[in-house]
Amino acid sequence: MHPRIIDELRAIVGTHGLIAEPEQLRTYECDGLTNLRVVPSAVVLPASGEHLQAVVRVCHRERIPFVARGSGTGLSGGALPVEGGVVISLSRLNRILEVDIPNARVVVEPGVINLDVTERVAPFGYFYAPDPSSQSVCTIGGNVAENSGGAHCLKYGFTANHVLGLKLVLPDGEIVQLGGKTLDPPGYDLMGVFVGSEGTLGIATEITLRVVKRPEVVQTLLAAFHSTDEAGAAVSEIIAAGILPAAIEMMDALSIQAAEAAVHAGYPQCDALLLVELDGPAAEVALSMERVTEICRGCGAWEIRLAQSEAERMVVWKGRKAAFAAMGRVAPDYIVQDGVIPRTALPRVLREIRQLSEAAGLRVANVFHAGDGNLHPLVLYDRSVPGQEHIAETLAFDIIKLCVQAGGSITGEHGVGREKQKYMSTMYAEPDLDTMQLVRCAFDPQHLANPDKVFPRPRLCAEKQGRYEPHPLEQAGVAELF
Amino acid sequence: MMVDAETLQADLRALVGAEHVRPATAADAIDGVPAQVVVEPGDAAEVAAVLRLARDAGLSVAPRGGGSKLGWGNPPRRVDLILSTRRLDRVVEHAWADMTATVQAGCTVAQLQRVLAEHGQRLALDPLWPATATIGGILATNDSGALRARFGTLRDLVLGVTIALPDGTLARSGGKVVKNVAGYDLPKLMTGALGTLGVITEATFRLYPLPSHVSCVRLSASEVSALHPVLLRVLDSTLAPSGVQLHARQGAAPALDLRFEGIAAALDAQLEQLARLAPGIASQPLAPEAWPTAEPLWDDADLALICKASVLPAQLDALVQTIRRVSAPLRLSWELLAQAAGVGWLRLAATNEQALLAALSILRAEVGRLHGSLAALHAPSAVKARLDVWGADESALPLMRRVKEQFDPQRVLNPGRFVGGI
Ligand SMILES: Cc1cc2nc3c(=O)[nH]c(=O)nc-3n(C[C@H](O)[C@H](O)[C@H](O)COP(=O)(O)OP(=O)(O)OC[C@H]3O[C@@H](n4cnc5c(N)ncnc54)[C@H](O)[C@@H]3O)c2cc1C
Ligand SMILES: Cc1cc2nc3c(=O)[nH]c(=O)nc-3n(C[C@H](O)[C@H](O)[C@H](O)COP(=O)(O)OP(=O)(O)OC[C@H]3O[C@@H](n4cnc5c(N)ncnc54)[C@H](O)[C@@H]3O)c2cc1C
Repeated sequence: MHPRIIDELRAIVGTHGLIAEPEQLRTYECDGLTNLRVVPSAVVLPASGEHLQAVVRVCHRERIPFVARGSGTGLSGGALPVEGGVVISLSRLNRILEVDIPNARVVVEPGVINLDVTERVAPFGYFYAPDPSSQSVCTIGGNVAENSGGAHCLKYGFTANHVLGLKLVLPDGEIVQLGGKTLDPPGYDLMGVFVGSEGTLGIATEITLRVVKRPEVVQTLLAAFHSTDEAGAAVSEIIAAGILPAAIEMMDALSIQAAEAAVHAGYPQCDALLLVELDGPAAEVALSMERVTEICRGCGAWEIRLAQSEAERMVVWKGRKAAFAAMGRVAPDYIVQDGVIPRTALPRVLREIRQLSEAAGLRVANVFHAGDGNLHPLVLYDRSVPGQEHIAETLAFDIIKLCVQAGGSITGEHGVGREKQKYMSTMYAEPDLDTMQLVRCAFDPQHLANPDKVFPRPRLCAEKQGRYEPHPLEQAGVAELF
Repeated sequence: MMVDAETLQADLRALVGAEHVRPATAADAIDGVPAQVVVEPGDAAEVAAVLRLARDAGLSVAPRGGGSKLGWGNPPRRVDLILSTRRLDRVVEHAWADMTATVQAGCTVAQLQRVLAEHGQRLALDPLWPATATIGGILATNDSGALRARFGTLRDLVLGVTIALPDGTLARSGGKVVKNVAGYDLPKLMTGALGTLGVITEATFRLYPLPSHVSCVRLSASEVSALHPVLLRVLDSTLAPSGVQLHARQGAAPALDLRFEGIAAALDAQLEQLARLAPGIASQPLAPEAWPTAEPLWDDADLALICKASVLPAQLDALVQTIRRVSAPLRLSWELLAQAAGVGWLRLAATNEQALLAALSILRAEVGRLHGSLAALHAPSAVKARLDVWGADESALPLMRRVKEQFDPQRVLNPGRFVGGI
């Protein structure tokens, strides 16, 4: 990047707001998907919305691609830098701007940490519902970009259901306000499209969130089963009984073993563990919990424990939330997948994953949001064994294909990013992808905002609208679409 | 370019079959703007083909669902073709064990609910006129009711859509599972777009169980200012109502209606808690069938404005005071049916059009100060001709225009009806 541009960026954000030293730039070369790395030309850390706008204006004028970055905990390479591009880190934009309890709204800057929102409103008896397992480090801006979920999304919905307004810096540096504190504003729901767009449509600089009143009681039940089939059947029956738990999480033997070793949650050693959390008015929770207990017993649960105190409840969750990180104790390396299947397909798909895992000779641990059918198979391998990484990647892809075949999705919460752009065509046909690109062309005709993510084949926006014509190389089978 | 009516009808007959094309009549006019032809495609591919033909011929298209009233929006600049979804009326799949359903756009809400009820489920939404309103129509108008308090609105319930674009592209977006973040969320973009970006041919929804028991209560007082604090206390409590609605009218006592769903024994405890939150406020049970809906606001609406108003929950009282203050000197009668979320229907009736216009412009300014919005969805045509029904002053308008430009560069779909003349 031309030194003149570096100087100009420095003039906007100040010496402390700009990183251009090669050694320091390396800190930003990847996000949570660590096998892909690109060193950017510069990292800027705006301290205000005005800084942010000015930085984007420079990028636009010079046609320099930029990538927004929250905490870099993304698991699909969404915040992977572009070579020769700028990373815009939002960590200094971390103020909570407004807390409006009577209307249950909070307005924040994008760099605010997810858990900080809940801590801020907790004294009033409220919480911010979307709770990714990374909530103590990831940012609201990153959550908005990924439409992040969490264990409690089964009942409370995802980030998209809790964002009411967005102030954006568009890729040309213009600022727009979408939505706001009031609901149903006239016009297109562009806010709905921005949420989950993975930084490809612009950068959120102010976010209006809905916070939710804490329920009267919360109860967590732990049930041990002989098989994931039994546990899967219990999940379906609970939902079919008309009960909507706040969360239903499942862990298999391998993930229980790892979590136990890491946090000693006191889980029973079993082949499938369910955590079922109910919340709401006390009388309703008590009655529904009786029914859940019955259903679990009926499906073969051999041990059932109801957490008796808030402390016990926290321990039960600690094991679940630590499960990914704990895998390090079981295998040196792992790939986390993030497929979704219809809930009823759970037992069958889990069986087929086991078959794939046996055929590949690699272990797969399962810990996931069972109520939503959002699987997180962890493919365990050892990078130091030649060829094993490749086998693991193939296995991970086969699992995703299985999910799509079962009527599901290639990603439930981690996003497409760089990791899965090549899988997009397993889920969507060309006209579907082209139609999504119309949105991209409206927001970012120059493709400067996080280019080359999400879509396998970005389209030229000036291009005449028309059907996709395969490239001669594709037709000849020489090169694939992605 | 305008093709002659004969050639056009012949082309359309070739596409969808002779019996599904007919010349439009006076009854097909939209907001007084006459149409040429009504066409009823039989599947999504035919919808796409009709749109492409219209685009190539330089014609405008108004999608029509339940069809009787296409009142919402600015009057169309032109209506050449009415594309009716009447024949797209099937529930394609009810995956009841997964609690999702896929349904064609022309299926009525009531028909869908009947099919879902066979397995004890529902689309947790109570839009206007369910017997005639279609799935495509409620999506296009983003119509919801009291249940939004618990289940959200269409944007929260729709998982996937299939849409036909004016260039003949048929595209699917979203999916059939509750959780899915692959690609842009076009189902949300289509929701509330008034059929100006594409024609929805099919949609998939997440479902909820039908409640085993429903209890409703009506709280009444002589003034809204006595009920509004109760509404805010309920929102700030651990009560979990599925609907909370404030009903205020000129010259009548206001009411605050609450709806609870769930296991009967658990509901009693909630009702007791409610009583503690509303000391000294008269309360009586309300039969669930008697739950007030907005439909009656349209009765005798010749000289009435019916608006969708949106303010913050804490501003509902202020909204009522403002309506009262503005209406009195203009001799308007008014009625407001507002959800606790702050979104409501406002009816203003007058003896002359001038008063309606004056009231709307003052109210819009006031609501704007409360950071809310006021869109006039029904208005006498003489009034409609003199106002922008949406009244939106949006910084996002240029961006919205760019989105329209991408999806429908030749302004085929519902031209002029949407925000900013889109
Ligand atoms: C241990 C662990 C557990 C996790 N558990 C979950 C989970 O349970 N559920 C879940 O959903 N995810 C989970 N994640 C993934 C990750 O935490 C989420 O995707 C999170 O939302 C990313 O936030 P971030 O601030 O780290 O964003 P980053 O990783 O920095 O960025 C993510 C994407 O957002 C874009 N972006 C960031 N800020 C903005 C902005 N202001 N405007 C526009 N675009 C922006 C970036 O360009 C990038 O594409 C987990 C990750 C880890 C490491
Ligand atoms: C004065 C007035 C009277 C009304 N009376 C009635 C009534 O008697 N019955 C009734 O059902 N509703 C009525 N409505 C309300 C409105 O029509 C309802 O909200 C209904 O839910 C819309 O569904 P519909 O199928 O009738 O759609 P329509 O009224 O046919 O269409 C509403 C809008 O959606 C668009 N649209 C329809 N289908 C599609 C599609 N598949 N894809 C894209 N865009 C589409 C149309 O172009 C139009 O802009 C009335 C509204 C007003 C203002």
